[in-house]
Amino acid sequence: MAEPKTKYDRQLRIWGEQGQTALEKSSICLLNCGPTGSETLKNLVLGGVGSITVVDGSKVEIGDLGNNYFVDESSVGESKAKTVCAFLQELNDAVKAKFIEEYPEALIDSNPSFFSQFTLVVATQLVEDSMVKLDRICRDANVMLIFARSYGLTGFVRISVKEHAVIESKPDHFLDDLRLNDPWPELKSFAETYDLDTPDPVVHKHTPYVIILIKIAEEWAKNHNGNLPSTREEKREFKDLLKSKMIASDEDNYKEAIEASFKLFAPRGISPSIQQIINDNCAEVNSNSTDFWVLVAALKEFIANEGGGEAPLEGSIPDMTSSTELYVNLQKIYQAKAEADFLVMEQRVKKLLKKIGRDPDSISKATIKSFCKNARKVKICRYRLIEDEYNTPVQLELQKYLTDEDYSIAVGFYILLRAVDRFAANYNSFPGQLEGEMDEEISRLKTTAVTLLGDLGCNGSTLTEDLINEMCRYGGAELLAVASFIGGIASQEVIKLITRQFVPMCGTFIFNGIDHKSQLLLL
Amino acid sequence: MSFEFQDVGKPKAEVAARRVMERVSGVDITPHFCRIEDKPLDFYSDFSIIVLGLDSIEARSYINAVACGFLEYDSDDNPREETVKPMVDGGTEGFKGHARIIVPGTTPCFECTIWLFPPQVKFPLCTLAETPRNAAHCIEYAHLIKWDEVHGKKSFDPDNPEDMQWVYSEAVKRAELFGIQGVTYSLTQGVVKNIIPAIASTNAIISAACALETLKIVSGCSKTLSNYLTYNGVEGLHTKVTEFVRDKDCLVCGPGVLIELEKSVTLKKFIDQLEDHPRLLLTKVSVTHRGNNLYMRAPPVLEEMTRSNLELPLFDLMGGIPKDIINVNGMAGKGDGKQSCLRKLRVVFKGVDGISDIDMAGGA
Ligand SMILES: [Zn+2]
Repeated sequence: MAEPKTKYDRQLRIWGEQGQTALEKSSICLLNCGPTGSETLKNLVLGGVGSITVVDGSKVEIGDLGNNYFVDESSVGESKAKTVCAFLQELNDAVKAKFIEEYPEALIDSNPSFFSQFTLVVATQLVEDSMVKLDRICRDANVMLIFARSYGLTGFVRISVKEHAVIESKPDHFLDDLRLNDPWPELKSFAETYDLDTPDPVVHKHTPYVIILIKIAEEWAKNHNGNLPSTREEKREFKDLLKSKMIASDEDNYKEAIEASFKLFAPRGISPSIQQIINDNCAEVNSNSTDFWVLVAALKEFIANEGGGEAPLEGSIPDMTSSTELYVNLQKIYQAKAEADFLVMEQRVKKLLKKIGRDPDSISKATIKSFCKNARKVKICRYRLIEDEYNTPVQLELQKYLTDEDYSIAVGFYILLRAVDRFAANYNSFPGQLEGEMDEEISRLKTTAVTLLGDLGCNGSTLTEDLINEMCRYGGAELLAVASFIGGIASQEVIKLITRQFVPMCGTFIFNGIDHKSQLLLL
Repeated sequence: MSFEFQDVGKPKAEVAARRVMERVSGVDITPHFCRIEDKPLDFYSDFSIIVLGLDSIEARSYINAVACGFLEYDSDDNPREETVKPMVDGGTEGFKGHARIIVPGTTPCFECTIWLFPPQVKFPLCTLAETPRNAAHCIEYAHLIKWDEVHGKKSFDPDNPEDMQWVYSEAVKRAELFGIQGVTYSLTQGVVKNIIPAIASTNAIISAACALETLKIVSGCSKTLSNYLTYNGVEGLHTKVTEFVRDKDCLVCGPGVLIELEKSVTLKKFIDQLEDHPRLLLTKVSVTHRGNNLYMRAPPVLEEMTRSNLELPLFDLMGGIPKDIINVNGMAGKGDGKQSCLRKLRVVFKGVDGISDIDMAGGA
């Protein structure tokens, strides 16, 4: 029968029922519902999050009609939070939409515990001082936080979460887990039952490349002291050897074997990024460890013992030219090995849980299975506190960005986006906001930026006059198209954080709306 | 754009236009609920910029050819500015997307970089018929082979739930027969309709980039994208700008294929030549010159009206000028790969005053 969720059909194809459920359980708080905030929330409402709470203390003004799609003429003078909330509700009645008519800055100061009820807070258009305070509050309350700001033709998005672990990172391109260079006994003996020199041309052209590569690799190793091809010359020779085994020019399975031979040449064992994760201090688990780190600890043991240096087998194979029977049987061999690896992992997880004083069944079979299937792809993202980044940016990176032409505009905007907040704190308006004082404003902004650079330990670095002029030209304006881009990026990252699928961005995304040469800055 | 449940089934163009006008006072939006091919060429020539929200290669190719068709070159082969109609295009798939600006004659047109859109891979029929290995093979067998066997001439309608259900249950049977796992109704729909997964946030990012570039082109308030932006949010966040270059010999945005003719050549003979021309291979051709229909293959009433032109010399039909641009519309390519297309041709008549050898040099 047709599944009922046709409304979300196209997105379910990306994050599945599990991802959708996570979204439906989530509760999102938005601070400030100008264009950047409401555009961010729009995408989350359409995606089907559980509830939204819009916090904004301002009233709708005539000026808002020009850049906010979620207010209209009849709402001028009304609470902006209320108006935006009502328009957003129209997009999806399954979402619980609430609003609070209060200024976020006031709420941050007066009621920090307010934020602990949410899954995630989207903080838009906050100045530095409020960002720093909110960041501390959310970090302590273990609430995910994302900052988004649009400013003229620039802006930024920055995630702040202590640690985000991803099991289902779903990378686009990833080496299939075929173990061609180190087949386990069952796979080896399965391959041995097939004769590549079969006289039957139909059988010959329907032998899957996995078997061809395992057998030819064995033949090669016999003649090369047990080694597989490693040099470029050897790899070429190996491919020629494959070609020589063809008995007709239309044998797609042999063509696939030649194309897939790089899978055989790939190094054995785990990747550096997995090595780094299992070596992390958190992999030494205790009663405070999260499920993810318990699973990593089990993985570490598995790799050192049963895995013989490898992670649990993923268990699926790509499509390849083959007879149906042979393909299905081959699939079963891989599935059986994956199941055996899973059972070993499950025992290890139970033992670890017991050791740290937890219920041995407290991590579900499904979670362990998913972890095993994705063991080679798991990711950890960590984010510094905003305050730490702002006070002590990573000097090496900062210096690199300041001198690298590809980064000069992005890092310039990064500095200027901070400088305008200092400017506003001193002069009560953003540079260029007041008419007729442009030249003075430009020189004030320049002085502010130079001082800031000095505070960051970059004495002697300057920003181009052009960029400072450009920043003053913006006059703190929030353009709808820029807000929609920034909001789009922010909502995309929110979805990744909540579904725990795909990999969120690291660092600060600096938008360059001049020529779109935006950058991520890792400071 | 925001649609609501009560809008389901109504023309998207009309709902969108009404919504935006309700929300934003002072804008005037005229919805056109029709196929893009149904509009006459002068409909498109009235706009100063065309923004594409299209979802197929064919539709993009068509509008690209229309916009590039307005482009004229001066005698130094530089584009005439007043004939340049810029396009802003974007597309998304899952967490990935692209946005681009096409300035005909300056940046590559859609056809110059057609390789960016590789054709969809189809399963070989023998795999479907003889050696299915996964759920998609079983679904395509039911959809492409079994359907015709059972239903004969009645064609499959992907929007009819009964037809979809039939394909699904046949695919399940086939999968059981071969011991294959994974056939679901959702996958059946995805495979048969070639559903491209889409999410609101990626669409927002790409449409925002398109809107921003359009505003910058129209207002001249800032430098613009040059000329192709890609976004990928699968693993972290990657944006990249690539400056692709024009294909100087592009059939669509170039100055046009040069065709030299004797003054006596009739329109019919000219049309026949296009079929054999190695770079054109055009069949089923209709011909227009400066907005005049010289020969129209359809509709029948126009065909009848223009049929008598076929026996007249093209030189006379074009008003006796030594060289000019001719627009033709027909089917290009060979065999199964035939596609409807628009082509611009530079026709030059031999032995007419005003044509020197220099003009003839450097022809495309
Ligand atoms: Zn072109």
